[in-house]
Amino acid sequence: MIPVAFDYLKPSTVEEAVAALGASEDSKVLAGGQSLLPVLRLRLAAPALLVDLGGVPGLSGVRVDGDTLVIGAMTTHAEVASSDLVRRHAPLLAAAAATVGDRQVRHRGTLGGSLAHADPAADLPAVAAALDATYVVQGPAGRRSVAAADFAVDLFTTALAPDEVLVEVRLSIVDGWSTHYEKFHRMAQAWAIVGVAVAVSRSDGTISGARVALTNMGPVPHRAVEVEAALTGAPATAEAVAAACVSVSAGTSPVDDLTASADYRRDLARVLTGRAVCQALGI
Amino acid sequence: MTAVVEPAAAAGEVGAARRRKEDARLITGRTRWTDNIALPGMLHLAILRSPHASARIVSVDVRPARRQPGVIDAFSGADIAEIQGSLPCAWPVTEDIVHPVRPPLADGFVRHHGEAVAVVVARDRDSAVDALEAIEVEYEPLTPVLDLAAASRDEGLVHPDKGTNRSYTWIFDSAQAGTGTDVADAAAAAEVTLHRQYIQQRLIPAFMEPRSVVVDPGMGEYTIWSATQIPHILRVFYALLTGVPEHKIRVIAPDVGGGFGGKLQVTPEEMIAFFAAQRVRRPVKYTETRGDSMLSAHHGRDQIQDITLTATRDGTLTGIDVKLVANMGAYLGLVGPGVPILGAFMFNSIYKVPAYRFECVGVFTNTTITDAYRGAGRPEATYAIERAMDDLADQLGMDPVELRRRNWIKAEEFPFTTVAGLVYDSGDYDAATDKALDLFDYAGLRAEQQRRRDSGDPVQLGIGVSTYTEMCGLAPSRILGALRYAAGGWESASVRVLPTGKVEVVTGTSPHGQGHVTAWSQIVADELGVAFEDVEVLHGDTRTSHKGLDTYGSRSLAVGGVALVEACRKVRDKARVVAAHMLECSPDDIEFTGGAFRVRGTPSSAKTLADTAFAVFAAHDLPDGVEATLDADATFDPQTFSFPHGTHLCATLVDTATGHVTIHRYVAVDDVGKVVNPLIVEGQVHGGVAQGIAQALHEQAVYDESGTLLTGSFVEYTIPSAADLPHFVTDRTETPATSNPLGVKGVGEAGAIASTPAVVNAIVDALRPYGVDDITMPCTPERVWRAIKRGGAS
Ligand SMILES: Cc1cc2nc3c(=O)[nH]c(=O)nc-3n(C[C@H](O)[C@H](O)[C@H](O)COP(=O)(O)OP(=O)(O)OC[C@H]3O[C@@H](n4cnc5c(N)ncnc54)[C@H](O)[C@@H]3O)c2cc1C
Repeated sequence: MIPVAFDYLKPSTVEEAVAALGASEDSKVLAGGQSLLPVLRLRLAAPALLVDLGGVPGLSGVRVDGDTLVIGAMTTHAEVASSDLVRRHAPLLAAAAATVGDRQVRHRGTLGGSLAHADPAADLPAVAAALDATYVVQGPAGRRSVAAADFAVDLFTTALAPDEVLVEVRLSIVDGWSTHYEKFHRMAQAWAIVGVAVAVSRSDGTISGARVALTNMGPVPHRAVEVEAALTGAPATAEAVAAACVSVSAGTSPVDDLTASADYRRDLARVLTGRAVCQALGI
Repeated sequence: MTAVVEPAAAAGEVGAARRRKEDARLITGRTRWTDNIALPGMLHLAILRSPHASARIVSVDVRPARRQPGVIDAFSGADIAEIQGSLPCAWPVTEDIVHPVRPPLADGFVRHHGEAVAVVVARDRDSAVDALEAIEVEYEPLTPVLDLAAASRDEGLVHPDKGTNRSYTWIFDSAQAGTGTDVADAAAAAEVTLHRQYIQQRLIPAFMEPRSVVVDPGMGEYTIWSATQIPHILRVFYALLTGVPEHKIRVIAPDVGGGFGGKLQVTPEEMIAFFAAQRVRRPVKYTETRGDSMLSAHHGRDQIQDITLTATRDGTLTGIDVKLVANMGAYLGLVGPGVPILGAFMFNSIYKVPAYRFECVGVFTNTTITDAYRGAGRPEATYAIERAMDDLADQLGMDPVELRRRNWIKAEEFPFTTVAGLVYDSGDYDAATDKALDLFDYAGLRAEQQRRRDSGDPVQLGIGVSTYTEMCGLAPSRILGALRYAAGGWESASVRVLPTGKVEVVTGTSPHGQGHVTAWSQIVADELGVAFEDVEVLHGDTRTSHKGLDTYGSRSLAVGGVALVEACRKVRDKARVVAAHMLECSPDDIEFTGGAFRVRGTPSSAKTLADTAFAVFAAHDLPDGVEATLDADATFDPQTFSFPHGTHLCATLVDTATGHVTIHRYVAVDDVGKVVNPLIVEGQVHGGVAQGIAQALHEQAVYDESGTLLTGSFVEYTIPSAADLPHFVTDRTETPATSNPLGVKGVGEAGAIASTPAVVNAIVDALRPYGVDDITMPCTPERVWRAIKRGGAS
């Protein structure tokens, strides 16, 4: 389909972008366009102005800043998945980025776009939640930091103001954790029915730390804190893991739709969380 | 001139795995698709579609759209009420069929989501789409009739003026037809009875190239380009429906990107574009979006199948009784009513059954029309019988292959007249099945299945069997006539020999991805002794190919290919006379061997086709009474169908915790008769199997309770990609058809017919220990998971 006509601006600094966003009643940031363009083509939205971040230098790329891994908002999924730095310091994110859509989507779509779009079925927001990411956001008043838990507000809604731009994502480097992203979908290259992001640490035969976040089990990523607590201190055995994951869907509110019913998603979350933890533990 | 180059391979072109000539241009897109066509002054159409499944149109006001920038015209059904007529149904299967009027543009009522309501004609496509929003339509929504079973009981009416939703009831009874005995007697005497109800979900053909049409009204001489499978049939209907004389209409199907039956239709959009061009007297183009396509291009399948098998305790079938309810959608499509009737001859499949009865009720609902989709009626029939055979084997405690073997027609019994009244000319079901079992390692997989069952493995293995046949090579005109189909089933070919010995073939078939250009070149190369590269194949333009019945029903090679052979042989007969004259002998002394006309006994004395072609071109010295041409036409009307067959075996791994199904091994052994090009056959089998697997596991068109199509894009309507499909092991047996000189049977639909039951049988087989005996397609992870929970609970 054909979008409604819109104005288009390609600024060369974040400041310009922010100013343009603030000056227009009805504007949208354009990153990789992989979520925004389908929405425009179906005429589900008709912004008057698109501000394309593609011309702003420095918004994409991966670097290490002390004990923090910093990923620019415009870094594509393909770059995230193949970056040596991400694979070394945040393998969970690299693994999840590699499961996003298809090759074309991964080469266009960006980490920042995925997080800002806040689709409940998107893979990367749950991963960022599991890794306790910090988002750096720039607005007219300058930069501020937002914790992952505070960034996702609701379905397709974030803490970003209309004239704010997500510029980078920061992750504390913690070594010695093993991770796994378990994505369950009907078709290869499709969105997750349920996804589970897991990071665990173990000492000897015991799980010493666990982080578990679920994709598509509610309007925003679900951090399964009770399961994390149940896992911590449990023996690293399949039986103990399964027992700890039984109630993983407590407090979730998955949708009932054409793809899957809510009760199926809940049961899947239980099975997949167990599998993801076992995978991460290598058992 | 007598030095003849001997053809390299004595074996000839037919049978060679030639790469397809047309692929370079199709794959790179450096060709002409309808949507590429741009004519001077051409305007663009956009179509406003109904958001309701059933509503009265209170008013349509197109005037605001006419005032939008770039807009030339806007109109609704009422504006063309006098001229638009009704879209055709060419297959009214019964004398008293209920056949509601179907205007191209809705007039008064809309009867399915997506029905065309109004049209904008503008200078460019964007303006046309923008202006749609200015059209004001007031609807009075009515309660839609959506549930097929309820619709068949007339609970709510799609066309209240017709008084019923039942379009037709079509019955075949072997006792009445004299082809067998009475199913009631078989039922009364049955030692074993199996009754099942299977649901054939609604599918969307999802061809790669969306439909597109360009109409140039000229000065009353219409040229129409359409992404259609049926340029010839379309031209006839344009003439019949518009009153423009047929010779003033030229229809061109340029390269067409797939169809699967989905472009075997005379569409509202084709008629709307015609009327628009007539109104504005300029060329117009309409190209659908994928969303429009999924909503309004015809759908396929959608049947409720009740099947009863009766048998003796040792597994000998004694009767098959079938009752179908077939969803027609809101109207009748071009051949829609006939689709389930094609299945009527196939429920008995490869089995010897004394008694058979088939009854089909065609029913209207407030949904998009259904019509032909790869296999058209035969996949549905094959699904039901092959599922039921596996279930019967389970009930009898027999191996499913052995049950089939006990019942199928033996190689020495051909020709065999079936209980449905068809004469199968050839086949060897034992050979195909034995080969498949071997490739599959049937015994090994059964052992593995047992191991997994014994150990309570959360991942269970199942094996599905599907032995199938199909009737293709559509079709003997006389049989079509007896079935009340409006047209014939012949096909035509012309061979034109150019002065330098190159050959142009004009075919009445209309390829849209099948590779006719390649296969036809191979046939001509062998028949006329010319190089594969020296043959050009022309098709799809009614000005060059004025005569033909197009491409569907695995007919092109089995009917059109045979016409081509016959035309080539006429050319050969003409050239023989010329060659004899040149070689100064009698035509009776000439034989055509090694690709040339040779004097019997003196093979070095020879003339090629090129030699004779140039002699005919110069025409300086032709024998008296010989026309200065080698060209020839032929039309072939088959006496009977062809009957490909084969055995497909599928092993699935079912994750019982999540319901996820993985195809672990897939073996297809097909017998499609003589093979002209094994690469093309392989491609057709792969594509067909993929589509059949898609029906088993992935695809379904879903309407919500208000009749809105929910699966309106490829996000919701999930077609598999290569990443979702297993490695296919394919092989063949070759039992030539005796019904045509090429010995060919057709392969376009085989894979789609055979694979669906193989996959679902494999899933059910994996889960029988869990009390599962059926899963409604598509077998999504959730449905499999639910079946396990339900089965386990019972
Ligand atoms: C076929 C297909 C399959 C897909 N499958 C998956 C999948 O399996 N898993 C998955 O997670 N995703 C999937 N996606 C979505 C994909 O990941 C997108 O890349 C992502 O959702 C959006 O990123 P983008 O860069 O394309 O953003 P855009 O589409 O350009 O923008 C998306 C939204 O975010 C806003 N935005 C973008 N960047 C910023 C920024 N820096 N600051 C502020 N706002 C911003 C835009 O204004 C817009 O509202 C799929 C997409 C497609 C088309």
